[in-house]
Amino acid sequence: MTTGISGSKSIGFSAACLAVLLVLPLIVPPFYTYTLTLIFVISLLAMSLNMLVGHGGLYQFHHGVFYGVGAYTFALFVTKTSLPAWVGFLAAPLMAATAGLLIGWFCVRLTKLYFAMLQISLGSLIWAIVFRWYSLTGGDDGISGIPVPSFLASMTGAYYFILILLVLCLIAMYFILYSPFGVTFRAIRDNPERCEALGINVRHHQLIAIMIATFFAGIAGALYVVLERSVFPDLLFWYLSLEIFVMCLLGGWFTFAGPILGAAITESLKIYVGTYTEYWTMVLGIILILLIFFLPEGIVGYFLEKLKPRDSIRVPEA
Amino acid sequence: MGLTQDLTATALGNQLFVGLSMAMILFIVTSGLSFILGVLRVPNIAHGSLYMIGAFSAFSISRLLGGSPIGFWLALLLAPLVVALVSFIAERALFCHLYEREHLMLLLFTFSLMLVLGDLVKMCWGADYRSISAPAMLRGSVNLFGSPFPRYNLFLLLVGPVVAVGLWLFSSKTKIGKIARAAAVDREMVGAIGINVSWVFAFAFVFGCFLAGLGGALVAPTISITLGMDHDIIMEAFLIVTIGGLGNMWGALAGSLIFGLTQSFGILFLPQFAIVFPYAAVVIVLIWRPKGLLKSVW
Repeated sequence: MTTGISGSKSIGFSAACLAVLLVLPLIVPPFYTYTLTLIFVISLLAMSLNMLVGHGGLYQFHHGVFYGVGAYTFALFVTKTSLPAWVGFLAAPLMAATAGLLIGWFCVRLTKLYFAMLQISLGSLIWAIVFRWYSLTGGDDGISGIPVPSFLASMTGAYYFILILLVLCLIAMYFILYSPFGVTFRAIRDNPERCEALGINVRHHQLIAIMIATFFAGIAGALYVVLERSVFPDLLFWYLSLEIFVMCLLGGWFTFAGPILGAAITESLKIYVGTYTEYWTMVLGIILILLIFFLPEGIVGYFLEKLKPRDSIRVPEA
Repeated sequence: MGLTQDLTATALGNQLFVGLSMAMILFIVTSGLSFILGVLRVPNIAHGSLYMIGAFSAFSISRLLGGSPIGFWLALLLAPLVVALVSFIAERALFCHLYEREHLMLLLFTFSLMLVLGDLVKMCWGADYRSISAPAMLRGSVNLFGSPFPRYNLFLLLVGPVVAVGLWLFSSKTKIGKIARAAAVDREMVGAIGINVSWVFAFAFVFGCFLAGLGGALVAPTISITLGMDHDIIMEAFLIVTIGGLGNMWGALAGSLIFGLTQSFGILFLPQFAIVFPYAAVVIVLIWRPKGLLKSVW
């Protein structure tokens, strides 16, 4: 799926990965299945963020809020209403995209750090409300023991459901990002003034892209609930947002699939280094510092650069 | 009727002072953050961690000195220096090699630094809750508006303005302060007249972190010192700096007052949603003036 390598190779590689992932739960212990499923969810979230960061050059610093809104929407639909679960599952991304529209509407008028700070402030406001609204959201305790449909109750069921949705979302993202809209969006990243001069409505494009990306973040949020069956306000805290931002930079934000690798590395570190030492964040910090010094393009970015020096997607920053 | 009015006035007065003293701590921390933002143009995400190190160092220093009255004052003096030393090492060993790099990479570096420093604190001090007590002369409370008000908070109300005036004198009257302000406006020009910009940056970074440490040492007697302090303060600090105007010291003061006062009055009106008020205030200010209330140096 990575761009820069020739199409057929990357399709073959993706298909091979998918085949391995399809048989994996049959042979590995349940704990690994759980870890992989969590990585799928976080990958989808990181991919949705990278639509804006890597492809749009937007400083989307509080993307976690939309993930949290999706998760809470699904959780509230399932626990507070008697509607079937799929209604909640549809409502989650729609609600996240609505939040994206509302927050994005204010933010797209600004650029860079000011965009980031306004978004962080709006996102923190939502976090603070969720954190304190005990009667609706359970406040800092969150909601746990959320019932899910019976076919998702087993670990394997949840694994395949989440894997299939991840693949569908990735295909959708790929088509969006390489459609004329996606190309325009990248052109805006590279030169907003020229795009404006060409008659492209820059803010309009950015707002639509934010709604699309937050829609996918909402799906990731609902999938998180399917996996964990609980929600808590930390899903909307700025720390998670920065963490996924870092995943994009780590994997390679100018590549299509980089964020998946970033998410996989970060989550595996969290889980496996976490079993050996309580100091896994330090390990992550040191890895990041090494990366900044030696691989500023991110991991996938670095290898793409090696494979094909004149990559069409890579854009040197001024 | 008369009684309720008295109560309301008392409560309002009390919350006003609580809010003001909270704002003073926020101001000291955010003025450091703002200083670094102004000169280096880098949002220092590790700032909260340095604030936390300040608080933990103050705890260790005052305990080493056996809780004697002098211990607290020495902790107040030495803890920020410990923080300054830590930041100096981080800056000269790592950060100074990155100034030519892209902006997001600098941000990522300070985030990594936050991860490393957070775990360093866990290694050195563990995950327990710590507390230190203020010296006898600052303990207890005095009567203000007919209700008790902690002496330590009064002390904070004195320290805040002293730091503000000190910072103002420093940046407008001393040579190094003037150089730092000049570097904030035009770093090429400062370099061109023969000043070593890298060392100006180092100084600004260490000085800003010193203020974070001072804030941490000052807040230590009023809260339980624990891991996670860094996460709690850093986003508040960024929002305060933004609503004040990036790099503007008086903006940091204005932002801190808005944040501290909305929170303390929020407790009075809607205690459950008290933490929502400052964020709502920040959102209103940023929608109204996205670049902050006062002039940003950017």
